[in-house]
Amino acid sequence: MEALRNKARELLAAGTVKVVIGYERGSAGAARAVFVRDAARAGSLIFDETCRQNLAVYLMKPEVRRLGKAALVAAPAALRTVLQLAAENQVQDGGLLLLAPENGGVAVLAELSAVEARVAAQDPEPGREEREELARYEAMTLEQRRDFWQEQFARCSKCYACRAACPLCYCARCTVECNQPQWIPVPAHDLGNLEWNVMRAMHLAGRCIDCGDCSRACPAGIPLHLLNRKLIAVVRGSFAFRAGRAAKSDNALSTFRPDDPEDFIR
Amino acid sequence: MDNELRSIDHEGLGTLFSRWRAGGRRILAPRRENEKTDFAEVQAPGEACLDPVQTAQSAKSAVFPRVEELFAYRRRDGLVELRERDLADLPATVLFGVRPCDAAALAGLAAILNWDTADRLFSARREKLAVVAVSCTRSDERCFCTSVGGGPGARTGSDLLLTDLGGGGYLVETVSDRGRALLAGAEDLLRPAAGREKDKESRLARVEKRFDPERVRAALQSLFDDEVFWTEQSLRCLGCGACAYVCPTCACFDIQDEDGRRLRCWDSCGHALFTLHTSGHNPRPLQSQRWRQRLMHKFSYMPERQEALGCVGCGRCSRACPVDMDILEHLLAVAEAKP
Amino acid sequence: MAEFDPKIVAFVCNWCTYAGADLTGTSRMKYSPQVSVIRFPCTGRIDFMLLLKAFAGGADGVIVSGCHPNDCHYSSGNFHARRRWIVFRGLLDFLGIDVRRVRFSWVSAAEGAKWAQLVNETAEQVRALGPHRSYQRLRGLGVG
Repeated sequence: MEALRNKARELLAAGTVKVVIGYERGSAGAARAVFVRDAARAGSLIFDETCRQNLAVYLMKPEVRRLGKAALVAAPAALRTVLQLAAENQVQDGGLLLLAPENGGVAVLAELSAVEARVAAQDPEPGREEREELARYEAMTLEQRRDFWQEQFARCSKCYACRAACPLCYCARCTVECNQPQWIPVPAHDLGNLEWNVMRAMHLAGRCIDCGDCSRACPAGIPLHLLNRKLIAVVRGSFAFRAGRAAKSDNALSTFRPDDPEDFIR
Repeated sequence: MDNELRSIDHEGLGTLFSRWRAGGRRILAPRRENEKTDFAEVQAPGEACLDPVQTAQSAKSAVFPRVEELFAYRRRDGLVELRERDLADLPATVLFGVRPCDAAALAGLAAILNWDTADRLFSARREKLAVVAVSCTRSDERCFCTSVGGGPGARTGSDLLLTDLGGGGYLVETVSDRGRALLAGAEDLLRPAAGREKDKESRLARVEKRFDPERVRAALQSLFDDEVFWTEQSLRCLGCGACAYVCPTCACFDIQDEDGRRLRCWDSCGHALFTLHTSGHNPRPLQSQRWRQRLMHKFSYMPERQEALGCVGCGRCSRACPVDMDILEHLLAVAEAKP
Repeated sequence: MAEFDPKIVAFVCNWCTYAGADLTGTSRMKYSPQVSVIRFPCTGRIDFMLLLKAFAGGADGVIVSGCHPNDCHYSSGNFHARRRWIVFRGLLDFLGIDVRRVRFSWVSAAEGAKWAQLVNETAEQVRALGPHRSYQRLRGLGVG
C-alpha cells in the first residue's frame, strides 16, 4: 500500500495526473471510492480485499471527467473495464494511467497494450465456485428457473442501482428514460421488472466484464450477475468472444461471422 | 394511553396473529430472503425475523406501494370514462416488527402526501394500517434516531409497542385506540408485567445523539451555494436511487399511463433526469446538486413547509448505498462546516 | 380438455418471408389460420423485446423468419439478427421462458410451401404446449 501511496504522491506532485481515483477506508470497515487531488492526501489510499467496487465506473461520470487526467487504482475487473471502454471509444490510449497494486508494489500502466498484457496474464476465468453456481441454475428445470426469477424480480423496485453501478451502462439517456415510446415500462410491476432486466442483460451482452457490482448494488439482493454471466458464457461459447480483453475489438452483437451457429433455425 | 404495562408470551403472540388474520387482516413482518430481510406477508410470528438491526427496505410499500393504480380510464364514443379506485378493496393490514423509527416515518410520508391536498389513496391505506412496532435492543453505527427526535423505545406512530423480554415474550404498551382495538378480547393472552419485566429502559439500545437538526437546517441554508462542499460530498455518488427507494419517508413519484390505468410509481431525486423538463432544460444536471437536494429536502424544506423532518435516522440509505454515502457522516460535516 | 387455438405472432422480413407467404396464398395452399403476420423491412430490424411484447400481448407462440444467410436484401441484416437470437434464446431459457414457443426460420420468397409447413408445425407445437399463461399472468401482477 505504501508503494501505491508514494506513486500517487509522485504523480500528483508532478502534475502528471490531476486526480488519483482509488479506495479509502469508509464507514463500518468498508472501502469506498476516493478522489485524491492533493499529494498530501495520498495517505488515505488503501488497497486490500475490502476494495471490491469497480472504480472504472467513475471514468464515465461527467463530474469526475471534469477533474482532468486521472490515475485509476485498478483491480482486475477495472482493467478489463478500461479495455472494453477503449474498444467502445470511450477511453483514449494514453489518456489514463492505471495503477495496479501487486505483491507489495504497484505497476503503472500508461498504455492500453500494457493493460492488455496484464489482463491476459491474469486471464480471469469464472472460478470453480462461479461455474458451479451457474451450472446449478442451468440444471434446474425450466419451471424452477421461471419460478426463481419471478420471485426475484417481484422484489425489484426499479431503483436502477444496477445500472448506475455498472461501468458499461454509461448512456447519458438510458432507453428506459425515453417515453416516445415508453418501450420499457417505468413502474416496478412484475412485467416491467422482467422487461427491464432482460433489456439490460441484452444491452450488456458481449460487453459485460463480470465485475459483479450490479448484484452488490441491488438493495433487494437480486443475483443479477447470474444473468450477465450466462450471456458471457453464451457469447463465448457461440462466438469465441470475451469482452474486456482487447483495446480494439468489435462489439459482439454488431458484428457476425458467416458461420455463426444456427442449429436452432430451421 | 394505557398506563398498565402488560406482557405476552410467544404462544400468546401466535394466537394474536391468528385472531388478526381471522379478522380479515393481512400481517406484514420482516422476513429473511436472499441474505436480506424485508417486509413480506407472514402467517405466524415464527416466520418473522427480528434479528437484524434493521430491514434492508422500509415498510412504506404498505401505504405507498411501489406501483399503484390511481384510477382507470377508457375511451368510448369520443369521451373518456374514468373509474375511481374502490377504496373498500384495500387490505386491512397489521405491520408487525417495524422499529420505532419506521413508525415515526409514517407521519413524514403523510406530511408530504397530504400536504396541500389530501391523498385519498394513501390516507385510505393508512387508515387501514395498524402498527405493531418492536423497540430496539440493538443499534449499529448507521442509526441516529435520537438526533432526529426519535429513540429506540419511542412510541410515536405506533399503535402497540412491544419490547423483547427474551424467551419469545414481549412487553406490550398500548399506544393508541387502534392498538387497544387490536387487543380487544385478548385479555386471556396478556398478563400484567411483573417485576423486572417492567424495566423497558434498560433493555433498549443506546443511541447517542450526534447532531441538532436545527443546527443542520441553519448550516444547510448558508452552505447552499458552496459548490466545492457539495461536490466533495458527492463525487463518489452514482445517482443510483437506492437511498430514496429504501427510505421510509421518501415519497417522490412518477405517473405512468398503461393499458387504461394511471399508475403511480416510485422515483428518486437522485436520478440524473429526475428534473429534466420537456424543454430539455435540467435545473439539476450535476450529482452535487442532486445530493444537496436530498439533504435540503429532508432537513430544510420539509421542516419549513410541512413542519416535519424528512428523516427518522433509520440508517437504511447508508447501509444500502453501494458507495458508502453515509448520511450521518454527511450531516455531521454539514453541522460542523464553517460558514 | 377443449382444444385450444394458439395465437401465433410472426415477425417476418418483407423481401423473403413475407413474399414467400404471399406465394403460399397465391398458390392456394391452406395453412393454420392462427398466425398474425407483422412485416419488417429486415429481420435485422426485429428488436428482441418485440418477442416478449408479443407474449405479453397474448401470443402463445412466436415465429421469426427472414432471408437465408447471403440472401439478405440489405446484405447482412439477417446475420446480425442471427447473433441476436443466439444470445436472446440463451437468456430466455435461463429465465425459464420456454424457447420452444419461439420458432426461428429462413423462408425465401420462393418457399411458399415452406411457409405453410412452418406455420402448421409451429401451431401444432404451441398447441401441445398450451396457452402461455405463465407469461400472460405477469400482466397486472405487482400493481397495488
